Amino acid sequence: MNFGNGPRGSDVLVMGAGVIGAATAYFAAQQGLSVTVLDKGLPASGTSSACEGNILVSDKELGPELELTRYSLGVWHNDLAEHKKLWEFESKGGIIVASRESSLASLNRVMAVQKGFGVDVEELDQAALREAEPHISPEALGGASYREDCQVQPMLVAAHLVRLATEAGARFIADTPVTGFMRDGGRVTGVRTPRGDFPAGAVVNCTGTWAGELAAMAGVEVPVLPRRGFVMVTEPLPPMVHHKVYAAEYIDNVGSSDAGLQASPVVEGTPSGTILIGSTRERVGFDRTVSTAALGLLARNATALFPFLERVKAIRHYHGFRPYCPDHLPVIGHDDRAPGLWHAAGHEGAGIGLSAGTGKLLAQALAGLTPDLDLTPFAPARFGEARPQTASREEATA
Amino acid sequence: MSVTVDVAVVGAGPAGLAAAVAAAEAGARVAVVDAGNQPGGQFWRHAPETVQRQAADVQADGHGHHGWNTYLDLRARFDAAQHAGRITYLPGLQVWMAERSEDGFVLRTTPAVASAGAAPVTVTADRLVLCPGGYDRQLPVPGWDLPGVLAAGGIQAFIKANGVLPGKRFVIAGTGPFLLPVAAGIAEAGGKVLAVLESSAPSAWLPHLAAASGVPGKALEGAEYAAAFARHRIPYRTRSIVTEVLGSDRASGVRTARVDPAGRVRPGTERVYGDVDVVGFGWGFTPQMELPVSLGVETRLDADGSLVGVVDDRQQSSVPGLYLAGEVTGVGGATLAVLEGLAAGAAAARPDPGVPVKPPAAIARHRRFAQAMHQAHPVPAAWQDWLTPDTTVCRCEEVTAGDITEAREDLGARDVRSLKSFTRAGMGWCQGRVCGFAAACLGAGPGEAPGAGSLAGSAKRPLAAPVGIGELAALDG
Amino acid sequence: MNPQPVTITFDGRPLTAAAGQSVGAALASQGVTAWRSTRKGGRPRGLFCGIGVCFDCLVTVDGETNQRACLVEVCEGMEVEGS
Repeated sequence: MNFGNGPRGSDVLVMGAGVIGAATAYFAAQQGLSVTVLDKGLPASGTSSACEGNILVSDKELGPELELTRYSLGVWHNDLAEHKKLWEFESKGGIIVASRESSLASLNRVMAVQKGFGVDVEELDQAALREAEPHISPEALGGASYREDCQVQPMLVAAHLVRLATEAGARFIADTPVTGFMRDGGRVTGVRTPRGDFPAGAVVNCTGTWAGELAAMAGVEVPVLPRRGFVMVTEPLPPMVHHKVYAAEYIDNVGSSDAGLQASPVVEGTPSGTILIGSTRERVGFDRTVSTAALGLLARNATALFPFLERVKAIRHYHGFRPYCPDHLPVIGHDDRAPGLWHAAGHEGAGIGLSAGTGKLLAQALAGLTPDLDLTPFAPARFGEARPQTASREEATA
Repeated sequence: MSVTVDVAVVGAGPAGLAAAVAAAEAGARVAVVDAGNQPGGQFWRHAPETVQRQAADVQADGHGHHGWNTYLDLRARFDAAQHAGRITYLPGLQVWMAERSEDGFVLRTTPAVASAGAAPVTVTADRLVLCPGGYDRQLPVPGWDLPGVLAAGGIQAFIKANGVLPGKRFVIAGTGPFLLPVAAGIAEAGGKVLAVLESSAPSAWLPHLAAASGVPGKALEGAEYAAAFARHRIPYRTRSIVTEVLGSDRASGVRTARVDPAGRVRPGTERVYGDVDVVGFGWGFTPQMELPVSLGVETRLDADGSLVGVVDDRQQSSVPGLYLAGEVTGVGGATLAVLEGLAAGAAAARPDPGVPVKPPAAIARHRRFAQAMHQAHPVPAAWQDWLTPDTTVCRCEEVTAGDITEAREDLGARDVRSLKSFTRAGMGWCQGRVCGFAAACLGAGPGEAPGAGSLAGSAKRPLAAPVGIGELAALDG
Repeated sequence: MNPQPVTITFDGRPLTAAAGQSVGAALASQGVTAWRSTRKGGRPRGLFCGIGVCFDCLVTVDGETNQRACLVEVCEGMEVEGS
């Protein structure tokens, strides 16, 4: 790893070495751009290290998000195919389970629409569902199978993409928080850090839940907020859950803006034998207090889906903060309000899956090419005019 | 079930028993949660009281136990307070989560053994005394994951609780004075100790004798062990280590070597002990820090490199109302733990005594002695050189030293947290309790000792014990 | 001290233990040093820390999986299985 001994300037300066920043750096380096990546800690220290590593098609809203998802899936399978093993890429498939007649009816409606948009989804009757997931609750009425849903180990994705980017000439500097921006008139021309200034042709804000804070330092509003999620991890077991299995109600919660505690069961086995039980959604800022209410809710929902879990032990849990925007779309692209500043953030719970596509598209734009997919729906300027910039950034949030 | 008290005590070893007795005798209503089925902890572990026994058996329990009379005294006072309704004793339960509530603490518990029939209890208390103790610190060497390799303290616990030996022919290795009672206990129980290998040297003691002079009891203990070693002809080899445990399906021997003061193997000093069926390792102790860490106490590195909690003169941590006693304030043995427990229990019962309370001078003396002990028995700086790339470091997830080196060098993983993410070291059943220290050293790099931040990352265990999902489902928010 | 002998079964075969002993002690004192193999490498495992910390000694007791052999006390008729 380099630690900033060379010339400090670069074409692209990426702030944040989570999956989004790592993918952006990787693809920018592939475009032949000189790249510097800064992180206030180590790679994958934020939300990337506190999630489930989903690459999901099944839970996406129709429209720009689904298009970005499908594009990104292609990048995972093609551009990044040779590296799949590095990050434990697994085409496990997702299954949505309906346990009530009403939710089964909604699920069928969703499936019909998704099929129209080319999503690979197959209806499962009770028998087919039981064949796919033998330990599913006897109350489950039916479901939908999404063969395209995949999973990766997200920390390994971020760390290896950073490593691969550095092998392609990029420079990574750990433990370097950005404390301010270099400006030339209205233009952002680099960043200020405790290790000195780093000039750059383009500065990319890939700081996840902290993206709003950094944007504010540049005088622009990017309303990225944290939405807390708990995930519980069981003792290692022989394979019992074969897909990513979740309840039909999950889709409603993903798109919901309710601030209160919500949870719907998402249960999946992992290569290490543990079962992950997710996930809650609450808007409580960056509160890290463990919530017994959240754990109880997760446990009740999970045992309703897979009754055998009643007798299984949880050995740990973790929580993370999904970076979300009020309109539930990520912010990707150049910020016309602060020329020279770009954003790739606010992917909420879909950041791992969308990272590959986001990184590739943004790198194309950074290189002056027309991106494969129109980024207009994700444009930062949708959040309004620029404000006077704040002088410097307070101490980074933990 | 739920219990509401003035003072909750976690642990019923030397510190916990003392804290509970002191708090109860000062007038507090006390609840004691302990994973064991009977008071005593690891140090005063003894034969199960459930088995019908004669009075002579109770006396026999004391055999090989230091401070047994202290235990009997504390136990009598504990039983009396329990009888008087001042102590609610909750054995067989592990705390899986400790929370701060508005005006105190809440402990959530789970049965340590599923079949033992203890039901989970929620304990609410105004003040909390944590006395969770510690366990043997381990350094991996090739072959240490073979059956027949045990923690030194595990061998001692086995003998104390079961009255039998886990094998016949033993080699005990590591560092620290604790290796002595382990070896003596094996010999007294009829086992053959082929050697005790101490990586340090007795001359390392000399500069610290002054500090030790304040605690004559310790010198006496030392003399007793020396006599036991002579009686049973136990070879005590200093500046010596086990470089490899030999065997395919179980330990059958060890390869040993002499080392220099840094722990580097001296070429040409290797030798093999064959016909060994139990190898015991102990490299000092690791305090059980997950509960203090989860409650946010200020921590520091102690002289032995362990992460411990910072306490004031009355054993209070940086969290108001939260007291710590025993190994979690610094590994120092049972006598110190009792003194700290008494101070913590009294303080928790009367948080504001009205007049300044000075800690007993004996606490300071024992702490000085412990520091001297730690300095005389350091973890050898070069221990990482003993590893081969395929040596298992994390026993649960079977992560090797090579895996960890690769994550450090290629992916920049320098602390326990990122090593967990990238290699799964510390992600298994024990949640890094066994490999945490070693992994932190390996993350820091050859010859380096881990910082408090990395060790705190290892001690961060959001579930302090495995808990049934069915039990969690029964939580009512 | 001569506690009552109890009979347990280990993987179906009878084993004599002393009342109050731990399952781990009962097995180890009869020469059984390993009763589990690891998920990845299939390596044999038995007692290690002896005090409930390491979870190496996991065993199935009367159908209850993943119990720590060093903590569970034997009782008459107990069925113990390795994994």
